Amino acid sequence: MNAPNQSGWKPGTPVQDHNAMSGPDTVTGNRALMLEEPLLFEIGHVETTGVDLPEPSGATTRLGGMERAAAIGLPGLSEPETVRHYTRLSRQNYAIDLGLFPLGSCTMKHNPRLNEKVARMPGFADVHPLQPVQTVPGALEVINELAHWLIELTGMHGVAMSPKAGAHGELCGILCIRAALEARGDARKVVLVPESAHGTNPATAAFAGYEVEDIPATPEGRVDLEALKARLGPDVAAVMITNPNTCGLFERDMKAISDAVHAAGGFVYCDGANFNAIVGKVRPGDLGVDAMHINLHKTFSTPHGGGGPGSGPVVLSEALSPFGPLPFTARTTDGVVHLVEEENAADYGHVQAFGRMTAFHGQMGMFTRALTYILSHGADGLKQVAEDAVLNANYILRSLEDVLDAPFGPSGPCMHEALFSDDGFAEGLSTLDLAKALIDEGYHPMTMYFPLVVHGAMLVEPTETESKAALDQFIMALRSVAERAKAGDETMKTAPHYAPRRRLDETQAARKPVLAWNDPNMA
Amino acid sequence: MRYLPLTDADRSAMLEKIGAPDVDALFVDVPEAARLSGPIEGLPMHASEMAVEKHMRRLSKKNLAAADAAFFLGAGAYRHHVPASVDHIIQRGEFLTAYTPYQPEIAQGTLQMLFEFQTQVARLYGCAVANASMYDGSTACWEAVAMAGRVTRKKRVVLSGALHPHYSEVVKTMAKFTEDEIAHARPALQAQPDNDGLIARIDDQTSCVVVQYPDILGRLPDLQQIADAAHEKGALLIVVNTEPVALGAIKSPGEQGADIVVGEGQSIGVGLQFGGPYLGLFAVRDPKHVRQMPGRLCGETVDAEGKRGFVLTLSTREQHIRREKATSNICTNSGLCALAFSVHMTLLGEKGLRRLAMENHRLACHAADRLAKVPGVSVLNDSFFNEFTVRLGQDARKVVRKLADRGILGGVSLGRLYPDNEELADGLLVAVTETTTEEDVETLASALEEVLA
Repeated sequence: MNAPNQSGWKPGTPVQDHNAMSGPDTVTGNRALMLEEPLLFEIGHVETTGVDLPEPSGATTRLGGMERAAAIGLPGLSEPETVRHYTRLSRQNYAIDLGLFPLGSCTMKHNPRLNEKVARMPGFADVHPLQPVQTVPGALEVINELAHWLIELTGMHGVAMSPKAGAHGELCGILCIRAALEARGDARKVVLVPESAHGTNPATAAFAGYEVEDIPATPEGRVDLEALKARLGPDVAAVMITNPNTCGLFERDMKAISDAVHAAGGFVYCDGANFNAIVGKVRPGDLGVDAMHINLHKTFSTPHGGGGPGSGPVVLSEALSPFGPLPFTARTTDGVVHLVEEENAADYGHVQAFGRMTAFHGQMGMFTRALTYILSHGADGLKQVAEDAVLNANYILRSLEDVLDAPFGPSGPCMHEALFSDDGFAEGLSTLDLAKALIDEGYHPMTMYFPLVVHGAMLVEPTETESKAALDQFIMALRSVAERAKAGDETMKTAPHYAPRRRLDETQAARKPVLAWNDPNMA
Repeated sequence: MRYLPLTDADRSAMLEKIGAPDVDALFVDVPEAARLSGPIEGLPMHASEMAVEKHMRRLSKKNLAAADAAFFLGAGAYRHHVPASVDHIIQRGEFLTAYTPYQPEIAQGTLQMLFEFQTQVARLYGCAVANASMYDGSTACWEAVAMAGRVTRKKRVVLSGALHPHYSEVVKTMAKFTEDEIAHARPALQAQPDNDGLIARIDDQTSCVVVQYPDILGRLPDLQQIADAAHEKGALLIVVNTEPVALGAIKSPGEQGADIVVGEGQSIGVGLQFGGPYLGLFAVRDPKHVRQMPGRLCGETVDAEGKRGFVLTLSTREQHIRREKATSNICTNSGLCALAFSVHMTLLGEKGLRRLAMENHRLACHAADRLAKVPGVSVLNDSFFNEFTVRLGQDARKVVRKLADRGILGGVSLGRLYPDNEELADGLLVAVTETTTEEDVETLASALEEVLA
């Protein structure tokens, strides 16, 4: 017979005796399951190896006199030591697998493990990019099938699959625009970017040789259509818009913006970072967008991996498609998928490509995962993704707007992310302090100080893969730290208290950069 | 739908809290006319894990996997054995499902790994500082060219003819927009790289010289000579390496005077994956160039209690701070591939890397000797590491296809890489690694005997 839980304890029950929490110092520096791990260079040895390989035979080499004599300085570990080293390191990371990861504009959703399994199938993982095309029809089909659904989901004409990440895709889109303008002998010099845009937007436009000018916003957080129209003219090559925008709002006037830009002879670039909010609900192509990158690692759930790899295919309008970079895949009327490269571009009429952005064909490992995701969700599931993502964000917005300032709360519903400001915090306490206090509550903080248009901004994106119970607990935690910030709780200034590290000195890191390990004994 | 936790009851309760009658009310800002009235055309409804896996497996099985063939492809992507523990570690959720380490207190795992990775790459390349990775070798190569322009304030770029043609194409594509002038020649099928020709093209306006090592034909140029010539004219030497395993056997680019060393790290830990994701490596020999580097950098510091810790640093170079004045627009890099590289390199250690390199070289020498005995085949290279060029006396593209019909992946034809250059058409690049057996070599040699006859 099962006895009932007599203690009544559950997570969140206040601790009665705080002194009982602090114990003696330990000689290892560990705290039970919180394990410190030395650097590889402190535990490894150049004579140790975790791979069984034959001893060199001593036969003559044909290295043309370039034989390496000097030591390299690469310590090795045996396999058990290696597994332990990285497993111990891994436990110092926060991750979606551990909890809600509300990083606005980053779409930290669950990464389905079927995607991982599929990406590792030998026909995808163990094929070389330059194999004769007759040996890789399935790989080309994956690219083409994904390309097809990306076009359908966005209502666009074509797609360049090779860009390696979102910012690389942005560059691809802007280069397509520049190539299209040059093809008609039009030397426009200016790209308009809203102040609220991701930093990659102005960096991309500047890289492509454009002058960047700000687009003003209305007090309710959207592009000021009249001001934009007034600025448009024969010098404006493109307007880069994020929709939904970084304030978490849908640009209602998107179609009017596109029409105005087109009438003035320019192109519309849409930053697709926030596509998760609208997938299956509205198609950017129907709103007049000419180019948009899609972060497969956001909307289509490929893992972020601690900072990549991403993947940033760019969907293109009919006007821009001819300029898309090589390589790409095309399906001919007989249903066969072809890889279009430099050698056969003319056969497929793709002669205006602006060039090549990368070796090989793009992030195949991400294509298999993203296609798996799309097929798993299907038409009904993808629409539900957008609806639940938006529902979750609005639930957070309306559950917290009594305690946190929501500058655009009165503008109406938000899309997939809720924006708050630090208005009302006690003197001396900042968004950073709130974020660090949230770490102690067991959460990764939201995006901070972005968008720049809101003071002390906090951008919260829960995504659709959170349960209501998970949201409720997060809301409780965020409410608590917000109340403490308003009440002037000084302990927040030194948070986090319970993370593997206390606040790190970033100033020292930048002032005297130490970017590689130097053995103190060798100095 | 298995990935969506909300129940209909949850949704109703949440809508009530929000004060919205239904979910459509949350999309009120999307113009009615633009909203999709029905499901995406042609896309089936959601499918079970079993059904999707079946579909994807069917597509996978249509491809000839390298493991199922005698396999000799290289040209910038190499097949090596990746220990099982590498894939286990990169699939730990704490690494796989973490974001870029913007909150260092709860990202020390990723950050310490990146610090170790940066050190490994810097040492392998003979450099002072490496960054936390780029997208791949070809984009790292372009970023190096752009950096050389910032450092020297000059606009003329000299590319070696024996630089991987995809890399040259990427540089040329980007240079059109930055208005750099590119001097580039096609490679000639010679036993030795043409250092003199390359050096003759360096002038006072040159910002950098870009040399691949080992080069696209597998040859090993003497870098010191090029470095000296470049430095004399105030230009930087950029060395591109697409096979890091080679650096276990040959001198590092840094010790030969390279200023920026970039490359593809795929060989170590990452796998072929039909071309991506791969791993761009980027390092500088002289620490004074650090502030002109693109990409993320991880640095050591201390926390409020004096404990060692790691953070992303020098971010004033980057787009999220500098916006249009950034050194690069790069945001995401190849973090998980960097982890795979670092784990594999840790398993190898210096001893393992050297053994791996020598085993590659031994088998490549064996293969070169065996193929040289095939009537009609001649080996071009005097020197090579694990990849060399053979001439077949006929269009190598056709030979490669005939070999593929026999289930043999015999190499990369130069015709595939240089489609409009007839002089190179009979060239075939043959790569040999520790995964190649002597039996594979015999299979290729016998098949070539038949195909060429």
